[in-house]
Amino acid sequence: MTVSDRNPGALLDRGDERLKDRSGAKGAIQGFLDRVRSGDLGSLPVVVGLVLICTIFQTLNPVFLSPNNLVNLLFDCSTVGIISLGIVCVLMVGEIDLSVGSVSGLASALLGVLWVQWGWPVALAIVAAMAVGFVTGCVYALLLNRLGMPSFVSTLSGLLAFLGLQLYILGPTGSINLPYDSPMVDFGQLLVMPYWVSHTLAVVPGVLGLFLGYRKAQRRRAAGLSSRSLGGLLLQAVAMTLVLELVTYYLNQSRGVPWMFALFVGLVVAMNYALKRTQWGRSMTAVGGNREAARRAGINVRLIYTSAFALCATLAATGGLLSAARLATASQQAGTGDVNLNAIAAAVIGGTSLFGGRGSAYSALLGIIVIQSIASGLTLLDLSSSLRYMITGCVLAIAVIVDSLARRSRVSHGRA
Amino acid sequence: MAIPDAPSTTSRQPVLSLRGISKNFGAVSALTDVDLDINAGEIVALVGDNGAGKSTLVKILAGAHMPSSGSITFDGQPVTLANPAAALKLGIATVFQDLALCENLDVVANIFLGRELHPLRLDEVSMEVRAWKLLNELSARIPSVREPVASLSGGQRQTVAIARSLLMEPRVILLDEPTAALGVAQTAEVLNLIERVRDRGLGVVMISHNMEDVRAVADRIVVLRLGRNNGIFLPGASNQELVTAITGADDNAVSRRGRRTAEARAGGEQP
Repeated sequence: MTVSDRNPGALLDRGDERLKDRSGAKGAIQGFLDRVRSGDLGSLPVVVGLVLICTIFQTLNPVFLSPNNLVNLLFDCSTVGIISLGIVCVLMVGEIDLSVGSVSGLASALLGVLWVQWGWPVALAIVAAMAVGFVTGCVYALLLNRLGMPSFVSTLSGLLAFLGLQLYILGPTGSINLPYDSPMVDFGQLLVMPYWVSHTLAVVPGVLGLFLGYRKAQRRRAAGLSSRSLGGLLLQAVAMTLVLELVTYYLNQSRGVPWMFALFVGLVVAMNYALKRTQWGRSMTAVGGNREAARRAGINVRLIYTSAFALCATLAATGGLLSAARLATASQQAGTGDVNLNAIAAAVIGGTSLFGGRGSAYSALLGIIVIQSIASGLTLLDLSSSLRYMITGCVLAIAVIVDSLARRSRVSHGRA
Repeated sequence: MAIPDAPSTTSRQPVLSLRGISKNFGAVSALTDVDLDINAGEIVALVGDNGAGKSTLVKILAGAHMPSSGSITFDGQPVTLANPAAALKLGIATVFQDLALCENLDVVANIFLGRELHPLRLDEVSMEVRAWKLLNELSARIPSVREPVASLSGGQRQTVAIARSLLMEPRVILLDEPTAALGVAQTAEVLNLIERVRDRGLGVVMISHNMEDVRAVADRIVVLRLGRNNGIFLPGASNQELVTAITGADDNAVSRRGRRTAEARAGGEQP
């Protein structure tokens, strides 16, 4: 029980003899297997699910993996994906927003009315719609913070109320067509990156990862902590660049990488940084894990809830605007049907826990690709919407079961 | 870590001193005219029966409750502890019984929760180094600070909670039932830790129901009974004396056994 039985020459964080050696390639693999076995699945279920989905649909219909279909898939991913990114925020603090579909529909209706009918500049209409989303989120947070109204109930009433508002402002015509040749609709339907841009951007994650990883390793070494080897970092960077370049090349066989998808990925990366590397993100995770502990640590829990709900509703409105651009119309159908559940399901399938305090921005990206792949595959098979709903429902159920089982396993392995 | 006032250099002026503290909840007076002194480098054990006012007293010190009357002086200066933040700023840290750790965050994140370095670009390396230094100074045995707190044992969690409260370099630390719900080995580990905290020159106030633990580490034992001071004992005091002071009754199981033992011994010595 003294300092003397620590190995004095060892690194600061590798001094305890109970700690297993996890350095090198073999250690990394062993560590990964240990994590999976203890229920810390990460994005493994998504990768397995995607491989399964691709194999099944490709054998049923060879169009599925064609570049053209994949480009369309990426366009479709972006709109609901951005909504799902907001869902990740509220799930992180252990709350839920069931009204994201209605808020997105309301935003698209607002865009149609303000821009097309009232003749506002498009930028102003966009800002106004997003502001409405922001205020909506603040109201949910207010109801939770001041009145103790569970978000499940407040957002459920919001779902109905905002659907009503959407129908009301659209009026008897029911749908407003957006100008077909406007930049907004172009962005939603056509705009893709030039080949050289997409290929350049595909190199960025690898190079940046290598650079930041190397700098971090240097700092850790200087501080006497264990660090990753240059070889491992290099290997990771090369592999990532290769995969991204291949995907880009394949997509460029068709129209190319949509700018809208780039916007979505940009938002995901920004959100990931905010959640993982800032005090705000740490506070979000803490509130989701143990609200009382967070409060005692001096975190302004109410402000954190407000930021989560406001961000979620603002992103939902953004997703609604983009889907209006994608469809070139603001209609009564916008945001109804399966938008809500797809957004929530994507976050959960991607690995964000419904129980709060555990998740990542990337789960929105991975999850929505799974959901949209299923939707796209089922559409290609020309299945009726009745079957599509049933199958998507089953996938969501499986995702939540995996989440619950993994959680139970984490608890029993002491990694909750 | 610098110790602002090593115990040898201080005059014996108490760091924290309470005089005539009373606290009423409606018609109930939880504390009546309580005095308490806490010196630097000293462990004061606060013992008493359920409802004796220990928790109320600690909450007043932590700034969670305001006393109805009485005065608090810190370093000889009269102070008011209006809220927990004020107490913390003054240098009074509290570790509550439910440790209030986030199980989903790792040890470093828990130690620095709410006080992260570089809010917009968390300085993980510096925080990890600081966490290791703090834990090593306490000779705490945590295998890895990058594991979620959920994977730690009860004693290790207590260690993390105490390390967390030391981050702000407080002068006084309040521990509410630090050894409750711990096994034998873990209790010993936490008691060692408490002594090391004292050796850093902090005043330690420890609430406990366990007389063994109290006598093992305390320099002074302050007994509360029904919201009043009921004696100050040295660790050498017998169990019987303490139990008598706590319960207020001369006639109880402990005193009866004490008498029986004494009589038996006296009887055995007779020819």
